[in-house]
Amino acid sequence: MAVQTAQLESYLESFTDFTRAHASATPDWLRTLREEAFVRFCEVGFPTTRDEDWRFTNLSALVRTPFRLVRGNRAALAVSDLAPWIIENALARLVFVDGLFAPALSTIGSLPNGVVVDSLASEIARQNTANGAAAVAKHLGRYLDTRRDPFCALNTAFLEDGAFVHVARGVALGAELGAGIARPIHLLFVSTAGSESAPSPTPSMTHPRNLIVVEEEAQATIVEDYVSFGAEIPAFSNAATELVARGNSTVEHFMVEREHLQSFNFSTLRIEQARSANVVSHSLLSGGALVRNNVHPVLAGEGGECLINGLFVGSGRQHLDNYMLVEHASPHCASRQFYNGILDQRAHGVFHGRIIVHKDAQKTDAKQTNRNLLLADDAQIDTKPQLEIYADDVKCTHGATIGQIEDNALFYLRARGIGEIEARRLLLEAFAGECLGRIKPGAAHDYAHSVVEARLVSLAAPAPASSLTAESPERNLDSHWEEVG
Amino acid sequence: MSLLQIRNLHAQVGGHEILKGIDLTVNAGEVHSIMGPNGSGKSTLAQVLSRHQAFEVTGGEILFNGKDLLAMKPEEAACEGVFMAFQYPVEIPGIGNAYFVRTALNAIRKYRGLDELDAMDFLPLYREKMRLLDMDEKFMNRSVNEGFSGGEKKRNEILQMAMLEPRLAILDETDSGLDIDALRIVAQGVNVMRSPERAMIVVTHYQRLLNYIAPDFVHVLVDGRILRSGGPELALELEDKGYGWIETEAGQIAPASA
Ligand SMILES: Nc1ncnc2c1ncn2[C@@H]1O[C@H](COP(=O)(O)OP(=O)(O)OP(=O)(O)O)[C@@H](O)[C@H]1O
Ligand SMILES: [Mg+2]
Repeated sequence: MAVQTAQLESYLESFTDFTRAHASATPDWLRTLREEAFVRFCEVGFPTTRDEDWRFTNLSALVRTPFRLVRGNRAALAVSDLAPWIIENALARLVFVDGLFAPALSTIGSLPNGVVVDSLASEIARQNTANGAAAVAKHLGRYLDTRRDPFCALNTAFLEDGAFVHVARGVALGAELGAGIARPIHLLFVSTAGSESAPSPTPSMTHPRNLIVVEEEAQATIVEDYVSFGAEIPAFSNAATELVARGNSTVEHFMVEREHLQSFNFSTLRIEQARSANVVSHSLLSGGALVRNNVHPVLAGEGGECLINGLFVGSGRQHLDNYMLVEHASPHCASRQFYNGILDQRAHGVFHGRIIVHKDAQKTDAKQTNRNLLLADDAQIDTKPQLEIYADDVKCTHGATIGQIEDNALFYLRARGIGEIEARRLLLEAFAGECLGRIKPGAAHDYAHSVVEARLVSLAAPAPASSLTAESPERNLDSHWEEVG
Repeated sequence: MSLLQIRNLHAQVGGHEILKGIDLTVNAGEVHSIMGPNGSGKSTLAQVLSRHQAFEVTGGEILFNGKDLLAMKPEEAACEGVFMAFQYPVEIPGIGNAYFVRTALNAIRKYRGLDELDAMDFLPLYREKMRLLDMDEKFMNRSVNEGFSGGEKKRNEILQMAMLEPRLAILDETDSGLDIDALRIVAQGVNVMRSPERAMIVVTHYQRLLNYIAPDFVHVLVDGRILRSGGPELALELEDKGYGWIETEAGQIAPASA
């Protein structure tokens, strides 16, 4: 399963250039981390559909395309260009243009004592001067599975920049508004087609790497947001985030993907949860051509709770793959996965929810639900629950459904005077609302809501002839746990 | 001009002819009751009037307020003033009851060139009508009909009617499944809506409702045709003798179709 030679060459060239450019300023530990990861990437190669974790997602379009690191010709963005993506009331905004921190576009207001919000690159540089933050040395690269996951390996090989957030013990970051209304830290990743003066735009790749450490009894809300600017040139974003939630901390994390339709967006959120930590992950996938979102929490301390909430909305030929690996490694932890999919035209969605309950993780309570609305005959969903239990006292349930917009509901709304497009939009919103309803109130909630609403308006517009066909009620998918152990 | 004129209406669903030539004229201010055995086509007629696309009209015409109703989509018919209280109201998870009615009301107001109502204008009105129907305010924020009991669903239909103020209200078995107290409340909700500008078609199997909502005319629909029309006394006669005698009588006179 090695990478095809031609492609390996393109990544090797990029890696050689990358290493050379950083030769002088790279500490040894980082050089070793990158090199080992690159070797591992070459050994493992890109997965194929024969790989169980990639059964429903064909990567040939990605593998075929020779991506280059963006260097030198980055587009010059002005703050006004960011207008469509501003979160009102965000606590801080870090903007990354083609993977690199853009200080001029970013705002980091005054933060409470003990809180660091910065680019990872400058944190690493500080680290290099020996009096930098210990958190980077302690956590960076410790949790991501670069042995088995080639995308995590590739990300680590090109590890350079991204966000670093460190919330000190007991600090409730952004919670000063009270009443549970939290202000988020907004990490905005803008992929550009390069500057207009660049000769011929080539497919570009970026490997954003984020490290978020929330110490004991602290609290934070983080929004990772992927957008595109400029012409639709193929771009490959391969992000990885290590989120460390220490004992009794509370973290709400968002992944928003709404790049243009030539984008390949791969991302991994690796969550390390200590005792009684409570983590909520929201994934909103609406843009991108080929999207793979991995959420991988490890419930490493007793009494942890993890909610993984997702909404994916696809049309055209979009492929939106949601992969979850929930590891219960301690007793008395609870995990919930709720994903809703809306797929139109020829879009293809994947929900692959894998749960591993380790030997000592007694009293595990895991639940998984995936509901889907298919708006067209050619839209497709693959849903696969997978359970591996090595403990004997656990409670796990799962369910999956597929349905259409119900004709009798549509008629009921129309019979009251609501136009067909508006009625469809209301029904789509109601379905998406199940996911939005799991987001805590606050600026990030409102932002997520507006992102979804904008997407659904465009989906509601076509009124296919299928609204005349006999209704086909929601049916339960005939899927069973695959039990191992 | 009559508010509603139905002439020789034929309609089918799934290839089966259900309505086989209906003639009916309803004037503003009148209340008509349609009775008839199960499966005779009462709901089909109601659905055709509210423009459900699954019921295909194969002949005849309908004028509503002088306009061609059959050319209208469901939302256009509603905006023109047609309202049907569903025999089986639909549950819509995720859409709030009050939000739904406000959206509908504003769609209708917009169609008529009126300003839209914001929540502040809307809610007092909505609350008032809820009180009229003895509905708890908790129904305001619940999803439309979701988990409502049969009687609560029927009351919710009348609540919508009260809010949308149609010109023609078609009540399809709004009395079915109601206990006597609920029936009184619903009937009262209907009666306050009676006005010289508004007409009603009340589909029912039972005289019980007609004790509260006194109809001006009663029609008997059997196998897709109106076999007999009369005054309120016809309903009493039906209650007494059932539908059999009408079918026999009609069979003896002449086939209604040509
Ligand atoms: N979608 C449909 N597909 C096929 N047949 C239908 C459909 N809807 C109604 N019918 C048939 O049309 C006929 C008339 O039905 P309709 O609901 O109009 O009767 P009704 O007079 O309202 O009866 P009830 O008193 O039981 O409510 C019935 O035989 C019914 O089975
Ligand atoms: Mg009926």
